Amino acid sequence: MEVTAANSADSTSVWGGGNQPLNASYGKLMMWFFIVSDALTFSGFLVAYGFSRFKNINTWPIADEVFTHFPFLHGVDAPMYYVALMTFILIFSSVTMVLAVDAGHHMNKAKVTFYMLLTIIGGAIFVGSQAWEWKNFIKGEYGALETRGGQILQFVNADTGKRVSLAEVANPQQQIRETHQAYNGIWYQQEGTLPTYTVSEIQSGFAAQNNLTIRTQELTADGQKTVLSRTDALEKIQAAQNVVEGANLIHNEYGNRLFADFFFFITGFHGFHVFSGVVINIIIFFNVIVGTYERRGHYEMVEKVGLYWHFVDLVWVFVFTFFYLV
Amino acid sequence: MAADTHKLAIFRGLLKFKSNQQKIWGVLIFLSIVTTIEVVLGIVKPASLMTMFLGMKLLNWIFIILTIVKAYYIAWDFMHIRDEKSSLQSSIVLPLLILIPYLVFILLVEADYIFEVMRNGFVSWNF
Repeated sequence: MEVTAANSADSTSVWGGGNQPLNASYGKLMMWFFIVSDALTFSGFLVAYGFSRFKNINTWPIADEVFTHFPFLHGVDAPMYYVALMTFILIFSSVTMVLAVDAGHHMNKAKVTFYMLLTIIGGAIFVGSQAWEWKNFIKGEYGALETRGGQILQFVNADTGKRVSLAEVANPQQQIRETHQAYNGIWYQQEGTLPTYTVSEIQSGFAAQNNLTIRTQELTADGQKTVLSRTDALEKIQAAQNVVEGANLIHNEYGNRLFADFFFFITGFHGFHVFSGVVINIIIFFNVIVGTYERRGHYEMVEKVGLYWHFVDLVWVFVFTFFYLV
Repeated sequence: MAADTHKLAIFRGLLKFKSNQQKIWGVLIFLSIVTTIEVVLGIVKPASLMTMFLGMKLLNWIFIILTIVKAYYIAWDFMHIRDEKSSLQSSIVLPLLILIPYLVFILLVEADYIFEVMRNGFVSWNF
């Protein structure tokens, strides 16, 4: 390797700090240090996700059933399309970033400004999309029951195989439940939000409708969820303990709870990276406008934030594969 | 790094671009094609690719390989690793190339072992 082939006069002190043995400036090297360590952090997260997934390989939720929304298309089953769009947006903002870097090499202030602006807009759209994705995931779609062991029971129509929501299953009854208020007790603890239906309402509604059956989270040999027979389902529903609507860090209507935990953690950590990238890009954008780099004589700062921005894109490529495709 | 030091050939010299900007657009087109292939495969899920290969579906292997291809072009052309000294290239890539597959290997093997224990064990954990 042509590591120390320095041809300058001070080549006697290659590692003395005087010159650049890797032909990269201090700032760029430090950015690479950060990126390599951050890449290892993300690998750790994704491998931990892989660990949990392989450990629960026969109960892992099917991504195509979880992420099915597309803006303005209500009730249309559109798996993958929205994340594909998000991926294109992020790759495109990566391209405008690299164009900004290229314009910086030519000392073209107007072009750098323009491309930085496009990059910021792309990043903002991506963060917004991720927020929307989270909202759908947290809100849930059909709802489910949860057994004592944390297993998810979902309802399907036995004839068509289509999912059935809790609202269609439930047999709502008059609530005689009285909420304890702070003013009529010495000891008072606030209660969290309750699900729309109680377990017994779902159970009685299920018993009344003969065309319904239950789908467990276990996968069959060909990768589909196991659908129980009506008799098995009637027995299984007695084991239900909770009604689950949507997903959070403790309950998850889509299946294995760990899926939701890793989804929140990894896409959240990535989204935080995108968010900080947008903030840093805005700072650099204003620096470009006021002419800081014009006076400095080079646009290397744009190149450095560009490295970070491409890295965020790079991570998304992997998150996309492991959460949505595989 | 001056503008004229860019290496403008991709695919091992198969495709040469006239300027750095053209190369950027070329790489974008390539990345878009790869992403489109991934999305189409993800939606269609061809039955012929569902056969198991080395403990995973063939389709999943294709996804992972395509992802690594995309990662390579993002790092090499967007992050300009192609234009760096080979010492810097190795310093960045080698630690990742050694540590990540190692971590993947030990954790996934362990996870598979735990899966077998929980499936064949005496304790019912899924009730």
